[in-house]
Amino acid sequence: MNSVEIRELDLSFGTVNVLAGLNLDIAQGEFLVLLGSSGCGKSTLLNCIAGLLDVSAGQIFIQGKNVTWAQPSERGIGMVFQSYALYPQMTVEGNLSFGLKNQRMDKEEIKKRVSKASEILQIESLLKRKPAALSGGQRQRVAIGRALVRDVDVFLFDEPLSNLDAKLRTDLRVELKLLHRKLGNTMIYVTHDQVEAMTLADRIAVMKDGVIQQLGDPNTIYSKPTNKYVADFIGSPSMNFFKGPVENGAMQINNESVSLAKYDFHKPYNGLAWLGIRPEHVRSGSDANDCDFNATVVVDLVEPMGADTLVWSTLQDNPFRFRVEGQTDIKQGDKISIGFEIERTSLFDIDTEIRL
Amino acid sequence: MADALTGPSGPPPKRIFSRTNIMLYGTLLVVSIYYLLPLYVMVVTSLKGMPEIRLGNIFAPPLEVTFEPWVKAWSEACTGINCDGLSRGFWNSVKILVPSCALSIAVASVNGYALARWKFKGSELFFSILIVGAFIPYQTMLYPLVIILRELGLMGKLGGLVLVHTVFGMPILTLLFRNYFAGIPEDLFKAARVDGAGFWGIYFRIMLPMSLPIFVVALILQVTGIWNDFLFGVIYTKPATYPMTVQLNNIVNSVQGIKEYNVNMAATLLTGGVPLILYFISGKLFVRGIAAGAVKG
Amino acid sequence: MNQTNHSKRPPQLFKNLSAKIASIPMILTTMVVFVGGTTWTVVHSFTNSKLLPKLNFVGLDQYERLWSSRRWLISIENLAVFGFFSLILMMVIGFFLATLLDRKVRGENIFRTIFLYPFALSFIVTGLAWQWILNPDLGLQQVMHDLGWTSFEFNPLNSGDTVIYGLLIAAMWQGTGLIMVIMLAGLRGIDDDIWKAARVDGIGTVKTYIKIIIPMMRPVFVTALVIVASGIIKLYDLVVALTNGGPGLSSEVPAKYVINYMFRAQNLGQGFAASTMMLVTVAIILIPWAYLEFGGKDNG
Repeated sequence: MNSVEIRELDLSFGTVNVLAGLNLDIAQGEFLVLLGSSGCGKSTLLNCIAGLLDVSAGQIFIQGKNVTWAQPSERGIGMVFQSYALYPQMTVEGNLSFGLKNQRMDKEEIKKRVSKASEILQIESLLKRKPAALSGGQRQRVAIGRALVRDVDVFLFDEPLSNLDAKLRTDLRVELKLLHRKLGNTMIYVTHDQVEAMTLADRIAVMKDGVIQQLGDPNTIYSKPTNKYVADFIGSPSMNFFKGPVENGAMQINNESVSLAKYDFHKPYNGLAWLGIRPEHVRSGSDANDCDFNATVVVDLVEPMGADTLVWSTLQDNPFRFRVEGQTDIKQGDKISIGFEIERTSLFDIDTEIRL
Repeated sequence: MADALTGPSGPPPKRIFSRTNIMLYGTLLVVSIYYLLPLYVMVVTSLKGMPEIRLGNIFAPPLEVTFEPWVKAWSEACTGINCDGLSRGFWNSVKILVPSCALSIAVASVNGYALARWKFKGSELFFSILIVGAFIPYQTMLYPLVIILRELGLMGKLGGLVLVHTVFGMPILTLLFRNYFAGIPEDLFKAARVDGAGFWGIYFRIMLPMSLPIFVVALILQVTGIWNDFLFGVIYTKPATYPMTVQLNNIVNSVQGIKEYNVNMAATLLTGGVPLILYFISGKLFVRGIAAGAVKG
Repeated sequence: MNQTNHSKRPPQLFKNLSAKIASIPMILTTMVVFVGGTTWTVVHSFTNSKLLPKLNFVGLDQYERLWSSRRWLISIENLAVFGFFSLILMMVIGFFLATLLDRKVRGENIFRTIFLYPFALSFIVTGLAWQWILNPDLGLQQVMHDLGWTSFEFNPLNSGDTVIYGLLIAAMWQGTGLIMVIMLAGLRGIDDDIWKAARVDGIGTVKTYIKIIIPMMRPVFVTALVIVASGIIKLYDLVVALTNGGPGLSSEVPAKYVINYMFRAQNLGQGFAASTMMLVTVAIILIPWAYLEFGGKDNG
């Protein structure tokens, strides 16, 4: 049995369709990340699962029960919000126990659950404090605790780390992953941050315009993006793209015919196509010589980032970015030879932009 | 020489007694006199005896301070055949004020909360009508309300006036509360729903404890408005239940008897005293109340 | 646990039921009092109702009588004169005082408290206070005479030609503080960087106000204008307290005309017709404003 199942979900506000015919199965104990830029419908989908938005059509099942029209509190979910959403007038303890009191749970049981959750999250010393007296990281721990005490099967996270500074975000990300390993609950996590998505997810659903573009494990999403949008969205800096004709197993790039023999086509294809190659898969200098494709480019700009360096140049009239090691003496104006292997590239249909 | 080179360039900063400042503060002081004068005149007049008023100058401080006009205004001044002073109107106004404030604020806060967070089909339409209704002259609704109150058996009774104040206070108060509740982060509301709280649970347990300031603002708005009301008081009550403003006007503008200006001014100050004290105590909140009510309206 | 079936959409009526119940007072107020009451009055303005409302239609008779009534014509003229001057004076004085206080004045709170306190007072109190100050025998005029300035004449309340200015003085005293506070809030809402930019560009204070600040404050001016305008039409209590319509009929206003015919003269039809005319006046002011304010946002 799947933990969460979504069938043909539609949601529209007036004439605007936010979600259309969406299907999604989430396995028991899975960490699923909904990833996309703002307005793609990821938070909307999460709110539908939580029952905070009424769907227009379709069904939602949680733990095998049809909860499409159930109240949020009846669905067996816990939710963590971007702005923490702690009740400002209640202590941490009050925040943790509010939901349980609403269930009319007996006091002993509430106490037991609160102390267990606060032990897991290491917030025992904060129980008597009000949210205003907590740091951002502590607040988010309390917010997670509020979901934890409910002892539910499914946790929903709505960009929980976005309000934290970079360092804290990294720390909490690791904690969240450890927490998931410890609890084994199903977690659905909405974010626009691809690093969070890649590091946390068992599977990522990349969304755009209310439609899931690709659903897969982080590695597949990264190396075999299903269409040009996903290829472009994942990875920073993003993938380089070139247009060129594909004919008889070869592609014309930079006035050179490159054999596509090593490319894993879904089906044979002839015609115009996009070729994409990630900056980190480009080789440069002497390494480039025995690649499937190589060329010489002029360096336009060098961006040192510490661990590595990003080099901007131009290839076939398009900007072309590639990574080299951090300590490099490449300068603007240098001529440098680059190359890449065909099995590292992604090819897309020029019209449908679907992976070939 | 080195000092001269590194010293500041340009003219030195303006002093407090620059010409602009003298003009600025001069204007403010003159304007302040215009605003303060009536209050001053009322106070000094109310402390003088009638002979002194007839002979003297209204701006002169009293030669002999007497509180007799205040006592007379409170307990002896006549309206028609009743000679029990403004105290009757004062207590009537209190009896009108307390339930009117409580009812109008309770109704409008729940209503504003529903409009901010629990929209339903048509709720926005009703809200629009409500706001437009705030601009409809009361005169077109006065008589229909007479009929409604008569049908409810509330015409001429305190309960009727309470209802009228609740109805006419609703647009501005609802707007005030709706905007305030809409400003509370939606996530908080969602979190409470996930925690199993419903419409009333969220209102009483989450929203109310967070909203004390806006309730104070609403209270100031209502106390001032209802205390100062004349129109509804004169139409929907009987002489025995007249609020203080109506009784005050009847005392001062009565054509019978000799005019006792000192008593009149004492009565006027007594009536104006309640909102005035509230104003001086609440300060910033009063300003916030009228600014919030006005700018958004 | 009671297993309810959540696979079906619950009936629309019961969805959000608590919110609907909580909104009943609003629904009753808007539909019964605002819409219903106003419609009722407008409909009955076409009848010859006297002591009691009757649905005996007489066409536009009440309106013809209204517009041939001297008292109504005086009321309308008074309202126009009062409205014209009070709009201009309120806006100018309110804005002027706000700019003074916006100059980072010491004791800003004290000045604001002084300018605004009359607004806390009722029109009745305002009217009675000014009636006393403007008393020709014992008030301001007499003080000037006693000081030796015997030709000083300031007695607006006793002449039909000037009584409206007496009303204006009192109304300005009571209401300018409110407009000042609104304008000041508007001025404070303007980004400080605008002032810095103007200073860097070398634009003077007065010029900055006229060229930059006032155009930016357009919405605030519109709001203030609407508040002043709707206050003018409601003008009633102040007249009752200050002049009671006198001398003669010279300070009558429409709101007073309505109350008089509805509740004193027992000529309901006249009262309804006059109040309908007030409603029409408000609509004439309000509709262009609503159009400017909300019309453009419909497609957004």
